[in-house]
Amino acid sequence: MASDKNLVSPDANLKPDDFRHIGIDERQAEVIQRESLSAWRDSWERLRQNKMAMTALGILGLIILAAIFAPFFSKFNYYSNDLLSTNKPPSSDHWFGTDDLGRDIFVRTWYGARISLIVGLAAAAIDLFIGVIYGGIMGFFGGRVDNIMNKISEILYSIPYLLVVILLLVVLEPSLGTIILALTITGWITMSWIVRGEIMQLKNREFVLASRSMGASSKRLLFKHLLPNAVGPIIVTITLSVPNAIFAEAFLSFLGLGVQAPIASLGSMISDSLTGWMYYPWRFLFPAILISLTMLSFNIFGDGLRDALDPKLKK
Amino acid sequence: MGMARYVANKFFYMVVSLFVLISATFFLMKAIPGDPFTAEKKIPPEIRARLYEQYGLDKPLYHQYFKYLGEIVQGDLGVSMKRLNQDVTHLIGQTFSASLKLGVIAIIVSVIVGVFLGMMAALYHRKFIDSAAMVLAVLGIAVPSFVVASLLQYVFAYKLHMFPVSGFKGPMYYFLPVAALSAQPIAFIARLTRSSMLEVLHADYIKTAKAKGLSWAAILSRHVLRNGILPVVTYMGPMTANIVTGSVVIEQIFGIGGIGKQFVEAIGVRDYTVIMGITIFYGVLLMVARFITDIAYVFVDPRIKLTGGKEG
Repeated sequence: MASDKNLVSPDANLKPDDFRHIGIDERQAEVIQRESLSAWRDSWERLRQNKMAMTALGILGLIILAAIFAPFFSKFNYYSNDLLSTNKPPSSDHWFGTDDLGRDIFVRTWYGARISLIVGLAAAAIDLFIGVIYGGIMGFFGGRVDNIMNKISEILYSIPYLLVVILLLVVLEPSLGTIILALTITGWITMSWIVRGEIMQLKNREFVLASRSMGASSKRLLFKHLLPNAVGPIIVTITLSVPNAIFAEAFLSFLGLGVQAPIASLGSMISDSLTGWMYYPWRFLFPAILISLTMLSFNIFGDGLRDALDPKLKK
Repeated sequence: MGMARYVANKFFYMVVSLFVLISATFFLMKAIPGDPFTAEKKIPPEIRARLYEQYGLDKPLYHQYFKYLGEIVQGDLGVSMKRLNQDVTHLIGQTFSASLKLGVIAIIVSVIVGVFLGMMAALYHRKFIDSAAMVLAVLGIAVPSFVVASLLQYVFAYKLHMFPVSGFKGPMYYFLPVAALSAQPIAFIARLTRSSMLEVLHADYIKTAKAKGLSWAAILSRHVLRNGILPVVTYMGPMTANIVTGSVVIEQIFGIGGIGKQFVEAIGVRDYTVIMGITIFYGVLLMVARFITDIAYVFVDPRIKLTGGKEG
C-alpha cells in the first residue's frame, strides 16, 4: 500500500530503538468495549426515545399519584352531602364545584379515578393470572389438551363480552368486588391466546430443547424459559386491557350496574352528571376529561411499549 | 378443509355459543332469590300455587329448562314481569326499528368515513394529513363514546342549536347520535385501512400496474382500494358488537326509544324476563354478525387457506 510510507513524516527521524515489542495479548481480543445491554435495557432505551409514549407514561404517573394523594389536600371528603351548596360552579372553596348533593367534585373526581384505576388494574391482574395459566397449559402441552381447552375458550369468547358482564351483575348485584369478578369472567381469554401463541412458537426453539435434554421439569421449562421470553406481548396486552376495563366499568355505570353511591368512579360520576349537565357542565367536564386522558395515555403508552418491546413489528 | 366444512364448523360454534348463553341466562335468573311473584303484598298460598301451575314453576328445574329452550326456538321470549301483558318478543319488535336505523346508518358512515380517512393517511404518508388523521384515530379509540356523545350534544345542540337535543323524529335527529356511535369504529377502520394500504402501495403488482402505464385513478380504485380494505371485512363483526353495545348508552343520552333504552329501563327495575329476552336477542344478533364476518372474509380473500378451525 502506497500510503504506508507516508504514515510517519520523514522529519520525525525515528530510530529502531524508539520502537518496543509489546506482543499480542490474546485476552484483549475478546474484551467487550461497550456496555452490554440486557433486552430490558435495550427496550427501555427504545421506549425512552418515543416522546409520545414517555409523555403518556408521565401523565399516567401523575394521574396515579393524584388519585392516591389529591383527596388529602382538600378539606372535603367524597361522601358528605352539603345541601346548602348544591350544584355550585368551581370556586376557591370547591375547586371543581359541587354536585347535586353538594359533594365536592375535586375530591370525588380523584377518588373516582382511584376506583376506576383499581377496577382497571385489578381486572387486568386477574386476566393476567388466569390467562397465563390457561394459555400456558394450552401452548405447552398442545395436542388434545390444547384442542379441547381452545374450543372451550373459543365458545366462551363468541358470547358477547358485555352481555355476560351485565347478566352476572344483574344477578350478583354490583359492588367493587363483583364488578371486577364480572369483568374478568371472560376477559382473560385474549390473554390466554396471546400466551398460547407465544409458547407454541418458543417451545420448539433450541434453548428449550437444550434445557429439556438436561432434564428440566415441565414446570421449570414453563416458568424459567418459556414465560419469561413471552413477557413482552403479555405486558403490552395488560397495558391495553386496563383502559378496556375502565371503559367497561363506566359503561356499566350507565346501566346502573357500576359502583353504587356513595362510592364514585369516573364512569358513575359522568353518568350521574348527565341529568342536568347542560346547566352544570363542570359536573360532567372534570371526570370526562380525566377518564379520556387516562384511557388515551394507556393506549398511547401501550402502543409505544409494543414498538419498544418488539422492534420487528415496527414499520 | 373445504369451504362447506369451514362454514359448518363456524356454524357449529355459533350454535354452541348461543346455547351456552341461553342456558347461562336461564340458570343465572333461577339463582336469584325470590320468584316473579315476590311482592310487597303477600299472595295467599292457594293463589301462589295456581300461579306456579299456570307458569309451570311447580315442575322440576330440568323440565322448566327444556320448556324455556323450546319457547326460545319458537321465538317466544316470555312476558314482562313488571308491565302487564307486555310480551317481550313484541316489545323487541316494537323498539327494534329505531335501533336498527341508528345502527345501520352508523355502520355505513363508519365504513365510508373510516376507509376515506385511512386511504388519505396512507396516500399522504408522513405528511400533515397522515398525522392529523392518526391523531383523530387515537382520540376516537381512547375517548369513550358517551363522552363524545355528551360533548356533541352540548356544543351542537345546546350551545349552537344546530341539531335537536334529543328524540328521533327525522333526519336532523340522526346526526349527533350517529356521529357519537361511529366515532370509535371510524378510528379503528382508519387505522386498519391505513396500515394495510401502506403495505399494498409497496406491493409489486402496484409497481407493475404503474409500469404498464395505468392511470393513477385506475390503480387506486382497481388495485389499492380493493386490496387495502380487506382487513376492514374482519372488523365487521367486532364493529357490530361495538355499535350495538354503544347504542345502549347513546339511546339513553339522546332519548331515543330503541331496544337499548328498554334494556336500561328493564335493568333499572330488574324486569328479569325483559333482561333475558333482550340479552338473548343481542346475543343472536352479534353471533350471527360474527358468523357472517368469518364467512365473508374467506369469500373476499381467496388467498386464505382453510386449515383447521382457527381463523388465520
